Amino acid sequence: MTPFTYLRADTVNDAVRLGAGETAAFLGGGTNIVDLMRETVARHETLVDVTRLSAAVTETAEGGLLIGAAATNTAVAEHHGVRTRYPMLSRAILAGASAQIRNMATVGGNLLQRTRCTYFYDTDGSHCNKRAPGTGCDAREGFNRIHAILGASDACVATHPSDMCVALTALDAVVHVEGRDGARTLPFGELHRLPGDRPDLDTVLAAGDLITAIELPPLGVAARSTYRKVRDRASYAFALISVAAAIEMDGDRIADVRIAFGGVAHKPWRATKAEPALRGELASEAVFRAAAAAEFADARPLRDNAFKPELATRTLAAVLAELAKGDVA
Amino acid sequence: MSFVVNGNAVPGPADPRVSLLDHLRETLHLTGTKKGCNQGACGACTVLVDGERILSCLALAVQYDGREITTIEGLAETAALHPLQAAFIEHDGFQCGYCTPGQICSAIGMAAEARRGVPSHVSADLAADVILTRDEIQERMSGNLCRCGAHNGIIDAIQATMAPAPTAETSAELAA
Ligand SMILES: Cc1cc2nc3c(=O)[nH]c(=O)nc-3n(C[C@H](O)[C@H](O)[C@H](O)COP(=O)(O)OP(=O)(O)OC[C@H]3O[C@@H](n4cnc5c(N)ncnc54)[C@H](O)[C@@H]3O)c2cc1C
Ligand code: FES
Ligand code: FES
Repeated sequence: MTPFTYLRADTVNDAVRLGAGETAAFLGGGTNIVDLMRETVARHETLVDVTRLSAAVTETAEGGLLIGAAATNTAVAEHHGVRTRYPMLSRAILAGASAQIRNMATVGGNLLQRTRCTYFYDTDGSHCNKRAPGTGCDAREGFNRIHAILGASDACVATHPSDMCVALTALDAVVHVEGRDGARTLPFGELHRLPGDRPDLDTVLAAGDLITAIELPPLGVAARSTYRKVRDRASYAFALISVAAAIEMDGDRIADVRIAFGGVAHKPWRATKAEPALRGELASEAVFRAAAAAEFADARPLRDNAFKPELATRTLAAVLAELAKGDVA
Repeated sequence: MSFVVNGNAVPGPADPRVSLLDHLRETLHLTGTKKGCNQGACGACTVLVDGERILSCLALAVQYDGREITTIEGLAETAALHPLQAAFIEHDGFQCGYCTPGQICSAIGMAAEARRGVPSHVSADLAADVILTRDEIQERMSGNLCRCGAHNGIIDAIQATMAPAPTAETSAELAA
């Protein structure tokens, strides 16, 4: 690890002032950035600890929830309002990492955690445009079982590893950001980028931008929602494929639906093609599969991950069938 | 800066790069906490901070200014073993013992989470009280790997201590 200066911010203004510049970074629970700095994937000269900023989960005037970026993943998953009104978010968080890591990890850090592509981590032996722009991508022709099938580029086929972010995408969350020019908000779906020819940039945030909170809008459909993660072992493993889904039924007909996929792209993937294919339809296996087919029509699997479109399709169909019957708490 | 480890005020690290794990082991000579992977993947380094279980290998010690840290050395209040330590012996909850301090600290944090009602990935109802069934313990302890494969004994020890199994009478009541 290269040497760095540790500073602690007590206010948002402090954090933005101390965190300005290309060589500084914010420090949440440290569960990702400490590892990346130890492996010299990341080198920062200053770490600004933002874990003492707001960790509160509060009701908004609109009837949603505002979650301070310093809230731990555990605190969000166990919050009563999240469990009952946005169950897919509790379930997504609880499907990720381990209890110890969830106790340390913050919301801000979870959003900005970096890919788990092994070539990205392998500083000694591998080419990676995300880590070292212009060096090439060893994953494209290499071991790419965990990699992207949608929205990838010649430069990068990495996936975003977060489970929580998949639920936040489906829930139409809003990100609150404080930067050099003051406060702004952006829709969650616009936070993360597709790689294009700049895979070194995971998000649209500028250096020094601080995430202060995540806002969940009131969303009736989310009360009947869940998260299903498919992975190589039953617990404590990143997703191969995951689905966050919410449904509202009108008799046997799908009145409203929200869907997002994890493990398929450089960003948590909102299913903008599957959702309209489901609204107003009678719930059936055929309809669920057709909606998934619409979403994955443009999928470009790599050597080792041709299983992903079908796995994602089956997972979506299973989750929607359970939700439509009302089987999922 | 300073923090409290097992009830004693101790100085913080000289360099902010030092992890809580290295600080405990190398500076404070509390070698009960183990280093397995040093990257968050095994749970051997689990300690309790203000009663919450965390991984000390991914924790920068400077971040824990003013916090109360409990390691395996600080669990038992007297010279006797903590009941969970005794149960690990009774139920063969280890072979080489390397993962054991992390397993035990983790289980104590886990029991507190369950009492507080924190659900898990396998909880059928997110809003219900937690009952520490075998499945629940298995999932909640998945962050602690045991290379010797003593998991069955580990779960037995935890279940016997933290979630006593139904006795003959209570299971008869349940069946009735
Ligand atoms: C073994 C292991 C298994 C894991 N498994 C999973 C899994 O299955 N699913 C999953 O989703 N995750 C998993 N994770 C990842 C884990 O969820 C993340 O490491 C964690 O959420 C990061 O949060 P943090 O607070 O520790 O972030 P940090 O490591 O402190 O920071 C991460 C990044 O966010 C930036 N940052 C932090 N806070 C802010 C802020 N407020 N504003 C702007 N930038 C900020 C930092 O500068 C840094 O770049 C796993 C991690 C490990 C080690
Ligand atoms: S040593 Fe910390 S998790 Fe393995
Ligand atoms: S007892 Fe040897 S690793 Fe668990």
